[in-house]
Amino acid sequence: MLHTINKSPFEKNSLDTCLRLAKPGSEILLLEDGVYAAVKGTAVEQQVMQALSDYTVYALGPDLKARGIEEKRLIDGIEVVGYDGFVDLAANSERVQSWL
Amino acid sequence: MGNGAKKFMYVNRRAPYGTIYALEGLEVVLIGAAFDQDVCMAFVDDGVYQLQKGQDTAESNMKNFSPTYRALGDYEVTKLYVEKESLEQRGMSEDDLMELTYEDEDDDYQEKPSIRIVNRGELTDLMEQQDVILNY
Amino acid sequence: MAFEIGGKTYETDEEGYLANLADWNPEIADYMAKDDDCDLTDNHWEVINFLREYYEEYQIAPAVRVLTKAIGKRLGKEKGNSKYLYELFPYGPAKQACKYAGLPKPTGCV
Repeated sequence: MLHTINKSPFEKNSLDTCLRLAKPGSEILLLEDGVYAAVKGTAVEQQVMQALSDYTVYALGPDLKARGIEEKRLIDGIEVVGYDGFVDLAANSERVQSWL
Repeated sequence: MGNGAKKFMYVNRRAPYGTIYALEGLEVVLIGAAFDQDVCMAFVDDGVYQLQKGQDTAESNMKNFSPTYRALGDYEVTKLYVEKESLEQRGMSEDDLMELTYEDEDDDYQEKPSIRIVNRGELTDLMEQQDVILNY
Repeated sequence: MAFEIGGKTYETDEEGYLANLADWNPEIADYMAKDDDCDLTDNHWEVINFLREYYEEYQIAPAVRVLTKAIGKRLGKEKGNSKYLYELFPYGPAKQACKYAGLPKPTGCV
């Protein structure tokens, strides 16, 4: 299953809850304000690094760019995808759960 | 329910009155119930507050829509999963929730509880069984 | 929109549903029914009163499928079917009867 998170981890608990309930082996895509979770040195960095051992984590490139987040600031192991990659992820998953 | 019925789960994660999510989500469930799918609801995080018993909005000038959850059984929405961890985190237990029941047509119309408390692992498994998951 | 009965004005929405639930009285149902060329019989009132009770209890106007089932349970099988209810309320039992009962349009009703 593909899980998407579009809320900042500092404003909403969408990331926490997704990580609590998503089955290991799932894909997680950070987009819109969700991409702030992908940045190194934040209060949620440890949590995201921990998640990388259970899930494949992606961040949406255009949303990173829009927010001035350069790829070198991302936590190692997070893959950046474009809209086409987003479409592929969605198309290759049986289900998508959008954590709002 | 036909064989083509898909499994739908509506995941509710917001408290009832502060935002419109809970009410909108409930309305979507009621509308969706007309389409003869296999529908269940999950209550996670602040979503568990939607089921708190004793809600009274008389003095706050808002519509109290908590009685509408009791109509869900009539709409054949009979599985309301509540995450145990979310309840505990908020100092709540099943006793704090409304009593919601449905009549089981396959069992001589016996009244049965709709609310099922599940832990996070059970909820994860339930989510994996769905065809469609919608979050509110 | 609005209409007047006995010098009192009642607000409605653009489809003629009463704006304020609390304004309702039986005269309003009669007035709305006359407007649709419909004379309310005891059978009509049974359904209208049932809908008001349902709304009072659940804060929702039931969908037609739910109404049909619930009427059957309360008033008997011969009344809990869509043929009977559509004969009483040809514009649609949930829609038309809810309007006379002063309730909002049923959720999910188009």
